[in-house]
Amino acid sequence: MSAIDDRFRELRDAGKKAFIPFVTAGDPSLQATAAVLETLARAGAAIAEVGIPYSDPIADGPVIQASYTRALDSGFRLQQLWPMIAGVQSRLGAMPLVSMVSYSIIQRLGSDQFLQQALEAGFSGAIVPDLLLEEGNQLREKCRQRDFSLIHLVTPTTPRERMLQIAQASTGFLYFVSVTGITGERDGLSAELLKQVEWLREQTDVPICVGFGISRPEHVRQLRDVADGVIVGSAIVRRLAESATPEEGVAKVGQLAGELIAALE
Amino acid sequence: MTHQSASSAQPLSALPDARGRFGPYGGRFVPETLMRALVELEREYSAARSDPQFQRELDGLLSSFVGRPSPIYYARRLSEIAGGAQIWFKREDLNHTGAHKINNTLGQALLTLRMGKTRVIAETGAGQHGVATATACAHFGLPCVVYMGAEDVRRQRPNVFSMKLLGAEVRPVHSGSKTLRDAVNEALRDWMASVETTHYIIGSAIGPHPFPMMVRDFQSVIGKEARQQSLELWGRLPDVVVACVGGGSNAAGMFYPFIDDDEVRLVGVEAGGLSPRPGEHASPLTHGQPGVLHGSFSYVMQDEDGQTSPVHSVSAGLDYPGVGPEHAYWRDVGRVEYTECPDDKALSAFDLVAKTEGILPALESSHAIAKAMELAATLPKEKVVMVCLSGRGDKDAAEIARLRGEEY
Ligand SMILES: Cc1ncc(COP(=O)(O)O)c(C=O)c1O
Repeated sequence: MSAIDDRFRELRDAGKKAFIPFVTAGDPSLQATAAVLETLARAGAAIAEVGIPYSDPIADGPVIQASYTRALDSGFRLQQLWPMIAGVQSRLGAMPLVSMVSYSIIQRLGSDQFLQQALEAGFSGAIVPDLLLEEGNQLREKCRQRDFSLIHLVTPTTPRERMLQIAQASTGFLYFVSVTGITGERDGLSAELLKQVEWLREQTDVPICVGFGISRPEHVRQLRDVADGVIVGSAIVRRLAESATPEEGVAKVGQLAGELIAALE
Repeated sequence: MTHQSASSAQPLSALPDARGRFGPYGGRFVPETLMRALVELEREYSAARSDPQFQRELDGLLSSFVGRPSPIYYARRLSEIAGGAQIWFKREDLNHTGAHKINNTLGQALLTLRMGKTRVIAETGAGQHGVATATACAHFGLPCVVYMGAEDVRRQRPNVFSMKLLGAEVRPVHSGSKTLRDAVNEALRDWMASVETTHYIIGSAIGPHPFPMMVRDFQSVIGKEARQQSLELWGRLPDVVVACVGGGSNAAGMFYPFIDDDEVRLVGVEAGGLSPRPGEHASPLTHGQPGVLHGSFSYVMQDEDGQTSPVHSVSAGLDYPGVGPEHAYWRDVGRVEYTECPDDKALSAFDLVAKTEGILPALESSHAIAKAMELAATLPKEKVVMVCLSGRGDKDAAEIARLRGEEY
């Protein structure tokens, strides 16, 4: 059991859904990231995803790509991320943190080293967007031994039997990618998506959270009845990028979080 | 003794295994969105491989459209200058569109039709793969989008225009280093959204399984012909076979048919760039370490955080921080020697081949030629060093003029 499992149990008991924001670590700075996380916890986010910048993110659209590039250009290093996370933990209340991290980074550090450092800093799990079910056996076992959630993804192109296998392997929650494509804000959600999530909801106990393209209260209202949570990334990263100062960015993100959380109720 | 894969008694030619692994290398490290397409591709390719009709169609095109078999040619004057063994060229530069890339794009375009997909995307560095993809798509009437780093659009102008003439749309990529690596990223992102209708014709022996195997197989026509031509001409195999290594497709295609012939020495030449210092070369097999890039586990240039490092080569087709996973394995088991050739030596080889043989070699291929001359110098005259002349150098003329400060 990780803190993520605990969180979903509480939410389910209270009949609530999870708002899961994504922020890029180190954009515009690690201090700013810490401030955003604090604001999100205060606004009532259930869990937060911290994106670890990567040089070649193929699942990401222009907004998150650009944020990774900015963070790396301003000198982002993993060895600075861990202390920031460790330092901010005490101000996040019960909001667990999940890292969103490319397998390239885990492989380079070594999975034992990665897990040790991530756990010591206070991460409760990881989403590895380029790790398929088939390539994940070793890492999954190591995560299991450490009560570290390894969150797998399913997508609209995933066949149904495979969705069930992935759901079974996923711990913490299951990430349901809403579109066939990359991250980035979208206008609407397809009816087909809602049906697929509803179908999967019937098949498995693992919490299902939907992400990619979610940015507006109406998206959240459509999803709250079928999913256990919603994940919002580009809409947050864009607000930070478009702000003149980190303080302005933090305020805008706090406001967006408030609106989206209200739509979940 | 033939070289065998470490974990089993199989010859190297039997790889990859069912999981797409060459020893520890290869595999699939891509988002779930692409999984269904990779499984479909693997299935269709496996069916096509044993379908005589598919093979006949491809062979027919390779002969009537590409002009295969490509000859082998004795570079007599170059051999004399090198002093020592005979240097022979496998003339992939004489293929339609001027490089080996067309061998792969026709195969994959046929597969595209077989899978019922209606659109093609590709990445390109030097522009040769882009032109070869645009050509195959024009031939079959498939719409084609080619991603190309903005820096490469500048250095390989003539090919950009050719792609447009062939009806392809060229999309310059302005992210990152604006070269081949970024073009691959952008093509993969397009594929993430278009995968249900689009096939991604990847241009080298890289990417997630089954691409490295499939590209190697389509390019193996190079080595198969060279092997047969050697046997016909001399009744024996060449002593040394040399090829340049960017992503590794011409080298994989040249080496693979010789891989179980232990008496043949195989030498892959990476781009040594300006120096062995980080950022000044593109030689992952020589200076890099195992890591994950673009969907497979292989050697890569990256920092201690796993971030891909900048690379440099005078030749756009070699300017890539990764390399195909089969080369990683061939390196580790010691079957193929990998070495590097710096920019200046490749440029000198280009000049020399132009003036002594009447051939403008691609700058990529010039790396292999420079190394072949060094090797030939150490061997007696009866030995044969065969180089894969992977492409023609017309595309490089403008960039060479710029480097020399001359009018083009
Ligand atoms: C003529 C030529 N040779 C070699 C290469 C390098 O690619 P590969 O290593 O896949 O053969 C290229 C790539 O563009 C090329 O155009």
